[in-house]
Amino acid sequence: MHDVGKIAGGLVVFLALATSPLWYNALSASPPSVPKLELPPNGSTQCVETAEYMRANHMQLLNQWRDEVVRVGLRDYHSTLTGKTYEMSLTRTCMDCHSNKAEFCDRCHNYLAVDPYCWNCHVAPKEGQ
Amino acid sequence: MDASRRGFLKLAGVTVVSAAGGGALVVRPSSAEGPAYGEAEVPQAGTKRLAMVVDLRKFTKNDELVTRCIKACRQAHNVPDFGDDRKNAVKWIWAESFETAFVSQEFHYLRADLEGKQTLLLCNHCTNPPCVRVCPTQATFKRSSDGIVMMDWHRCIGCRYCVVACPYGSRSFNWTDPRPHIADVNPDFPTRMRGVVEKCTFCDERIRSGQQPACVEACTNDELIFGDINDPESKVRQVLGEHMAIRRKPDLGTRPEVYYIIDDPRTLMEVAPAAVVSEEDDHA
Repeated sequence: MHDVGKIAGGLVVFLALATSPLWYNALSASPPSVPKLELPPNGSTQCVETAEYMRANHMQLLNQWRDEVVRVGLRDYHSTLTGKTYEMSLTRTCMDCHSNKAEFCDRCHNYLAVDPYCWNCHVAPKEGQ
Repeated sequence: MDASRRGFLKLAGVTVVSAAGGGALVVRPSSAEGPAYGEAEVPQAGTKRLAMVVDLRKFTKNDELVTRCIKACRQAHNVPDFGDDRKNAVKWIWAESFETAFVSQEFHYLRADLEGKQTLLLCNHCTNPPCVRVCPTQATFKRSSDGIVMMDWHRCIGCRYCVVACPYGSRSFNWTDPRPHIADVNPDFPTRMRGVVEKCTFCDERIRSGQQPACVEACTNDELIFGDINDPESKVRQVLGEHMAIRRKPDLGTRPEVYYIIDDPRTLMEVAPAAVVSEEDDHA
């Protein structure tokens, strides 16, 4: 049993290095990086539902809109939050406010590595409009 | 999830209430398919069935209006233009000669004004649509609220069964990405992607907002008439009651809902003498 000191020392150095990202994150004061989304350039402050709801459920809402427009032939969405009626349209209603797709949709989708195929067919608003 | 279900139920309730708004709730027959082939086509009271009438009397042989209608549709729906490339062609509304359009009628010694006449063709929005029957994903379906044979492009998997099933050639497949072939993209309407079938939808997006279909709007003199064929008071029913109209391949039992008035154009003389003069010029 010689070189015990060297082996133990090596293990300690190895463990310190291997777990360093965890230590670094735990000790550093900076909050985790969350994508900053651009708020509607047209100054609108209220979405069709609450921001929390939209963040969690916009995909289901869009699917519901799609089915109601295409398959049932409905057009109006009655918001439970604002009590107003909106046209169920991705390009006309959603993108009317969130007109900057790159700074809104893409930023979060890229962060989460999801690749929805909305824009294979739907036409995104032109940049800078 | 609860909230979205709640929203859905609310909307479903609104639909039922608005459907009942016109009067008492209408009890529909249990067979969604309607009467079998050979039975009389009795319009079901209270149901809506959109149809189109093409008044061929009002079109001259190579009418510029035909091009205008096709262009209006192309612009409204981002239909790609492949020029003379027939293999890739995407057709919503298009034109063929009268004889080709009504090939199963086997017209012989055709009236002179109809011979070779450019005839507008579009999806017939059949009452008994074969494309709907073969679609494995229900991407194409007969909408019960208005009878439109709709397409849900989100669901189309590009199997092309419907292209084969449609006896009218109304369905086109996107063999390549259509975007580079759309000259002027209309941002209010989606394009399609490669591997998706598309066709005329009777401008459901325009009807929804109370407009007429784009091709009908391109007309100036009721050359195309659009409306609810189940409504005896509607204009389509009115003109069909007054004129001789034919449909494409009615013998197949698909019950197409696009009608072609083939009366002699000289019957227009009492109403619009100007139209008859141009008609005669065309024959000379």
